[in-house]
Amino acid sequence: MYKILRKKTLSEQVKLMEIEAPLIAKKAKAGQFIILRIHENGERIPLTISDYDAEKGTITIIFQEVGKTTMHLGTLEEGDSLQDFVGPLGKASYFPEGIKKAAIIGGGLGTAIAYPQAKELHRLGVEVTSIAGFRNKDLILLEKELHEVSDKVIITTDDGSNGNKGFVTDALKNEIESGEKFDLVIAIGPLIMMKFVSQLTKQYGIKTIVSMNSIMIDGTGMCGGCRVTVAGETKFACVDGPDFDGHEVDFDQAMRRQSMYKVQEGEACNLFKGVE
Amino acid sequence: MPNMQKEKTKMPEQEPKVRARNFEEVAQGYTEEMAITEANRCLQCKHQPCVKGCPVMVQIPDFISLIAQGKHIEAYEKIRETNGLPAICGRVCPQEEQCEKLCVRGIKDEPVAIGRLERYCADYAIAAGVEPITCKCTLGKKAAIIGSGPAGLTCATDLAKEGVDVTIFEAFHTPGGVLKYGIPEFRLPKSLVQKEIDSLVEMGVKIETNMVMGKILDINDLKEMGFETIFIGTGAGLPSFMNIPGENLNGVYSSNEYLTRINLMKGYKYPEFDTPVIRHKTVAVVGGGNVAMDAARCAMRLGAEKVYIIYRRSEAEMPARNEEIEHAKEEGIEFNLLMNPVEILGSEEGGVTGIRVIRMELGEPDASGRCRPVPVEGSEFDIDVDAVVVAIGQSPNPLMREATPDLKTQSWGGIIVDEETGATSIEGVYAGGDSVSGAATVILAMGAGKTAAKAMLEYMTQK
Repeated sequence: MYKILRKKTLSEQVKLMEIEAPLIAKKAKAGQFIILRIHENGERIPLTISDYDAEKGTITIIFQEVGKTTMHLGTLEEGDSLQDFVGPLGKASYFPEGIKKAAIIGGGLGTAIAYPQAKELHRLGVEVTSIAGFRNKDLILLEKELHEVSDKVIITTDDGSNGNKGFVTDALKNEIESGEKFDLVIAIGPLIMMKFVSQLTKQYGIKTIVSMNSIMIDGTGMCGGCRVTVAGETKFACVDGPDFDGHEVDFDQAMRRQSMYKVQEGEACNLFKGVE
Repeated sequence: MPNMQKEKTKMPEQEPKVRARNFEEVAQGYTEEMAITEANRCLQCKHQPCVKGCPVMVQIPDFISLIAQGKHIEAYEKIRETNGLPAICGRVCPQEEQCEKLCVRGIKDEPVAIGRLERYCADYAIAAGVEPITCKCTLGKKAAIIGSGPAGLTCATDLAKEGVDVTIFEAFHTPGGVLKYGIPEFRLPKSLVQKEIDSLVEMGVKIETNMVMGKILDINDLKEMGFETIFIGTGAGLPSFMNIPGENLNGVYSSNEYLTRINLMKGYKYPEFDTPVIRHKTVAVVGGGNVAMDAARCAMRLGAEKVYIIYRRSEAEMPARNEEIEHAKEEGIEFNLLMNPVEILGSEEGGVTGIRVIRMELGEPDASGRCRPVPVEGSEFDIDVDAVVVAIGQSPNPLMREATPDLKTQSWGGIIVDEETGATSIEGVYAGGDSVSGAATVILAMGAGKTAAKAMLEYMTQK
């Protein structure tokens, strides 16, 4: 069993948990993920490692309540335990040599996953511009933390409620057009956002890394449920990724595959709300 | 005087029409009377050819003689001297290729039903609550086993019996490997697998789940933790795909994904269990092995109207057990033989609508001795299906070898070992089962686990 040591509500549906998992904390690196199962009848879901502390022996996860399992997870409190917690899985993020200036793009919850990447690049001495997009100002995450690890932070909202209306792609385009020379763009968030960022940066020839969030079961390469087409080849996001070159990913296929269990996800969610 | 009845004593089974729609065990096992009747068909040959056919050398005539005398617990103990998982082997071993193939009764009539008798003893003993073998780690030696499938479990049993302090590391949340995620409930009840594993734990073996070796710990970590010897039994869990157009459409699964959702995650009980499984109407399963039969029979049990096996050779070349092929046919699964998929067809929304196949004919025998299937030009046609399960084989998972660069492997990923001992290219590290041979059988993995255990014990005591 894996104990929840700390729980923090970041926005209405987004929660942070620090989990006791000393062996994972020892080996974890930015870009990797864990798989958890809440209880004996539960499903296995993947979540990115958003922070790790080898000394304390903890792994921090940030999740959004989007369906049955994440809603249930959100009801757990400090002191409660998870049945299973597996990791660190996937390949660690790899930053090409010689990067001087990078843009880190986070969409919604993706901001929590992009944050450790920004932190790592900042630590390596790279000039970091963080661009984070949210639906409205109440959903803004990690603003303070982003400022700590970035040279520039741009927060956009779809409805303009924070005074900066627009999508992350608009903000990125502005930066590029106003003469910012990025060597690398990292985009993490909904597939549609990563697709549009990749399309934009392709026009300017800027290397772009995206983090794929496929449906997973085991997370160890034994089933291929998470497969994505990258440069025309089938790859398993759980072992070959989750990071891939955004200019080579077949996003339309990935979006279709992500919606495979939409009906069941809806049913399970309603059942959960009904019994709670 | 032995019972000279020509045929094996029949084993009761669920009716095909009924069982095709439930996940309960198909074969229901012998009663005491049936077991004694069958045990009396054994001639108690002095030269015991059957034993030579068993990869773990179960003392077959001895245990059968005990059954004939009504000493069922003693018979079970006799089996357990060499085989730690009799309830499982009695159910899933291809006896027709092993012990029963060499049975003297099989020359003129049907061989003695050794598998059914083994199963009978194990079920009898488990129901009676037989005492576990107790071991107390008296040797002062520590061994680590990576993977808790049949190879790892057997290696662990044999080492624990000798007093070794054994820890098994398993990547999944529950031990058992293919016995839990692959072979379905209707062939091998999961509660039974768990009971066999529980008895190992009672022997003193420790099992650490959620341990993806190569990620959380590697060989060097294990050595630092004081494990003097290590066994790698990580299996062949990497699924192969056909690399044809349409393979990433929604509704195309590897057999591993399909079976893992259903068996390990209990998706067939969704929404009581959280992992969803889509109940498809018409399903094509590509392949001719036991895994293909399992996937097809699962699809039927999930309520499919039509389930097809698509296999590129003819029935004679199918690697699946005869019994499984018969069971599948009885349950209404259609066999489309000498056909090979060339494309999976889909709708605009990305779902599967059909599978395009080409007819094959058998040509000259290839290196494996089987006739090579050759496509018949221009014979393509489409079959309407809404799901495709790809069951064309698996290879060893690369995680362990990626984390262990000095572990020597074949070009296709199998770990290279000394056949006599299971020793790998790293001192003190042994391997066996599908991670060495590629996908094979439960009992061969158990045999390899046994071989390695013997060598590991020698290595530790001579060191």
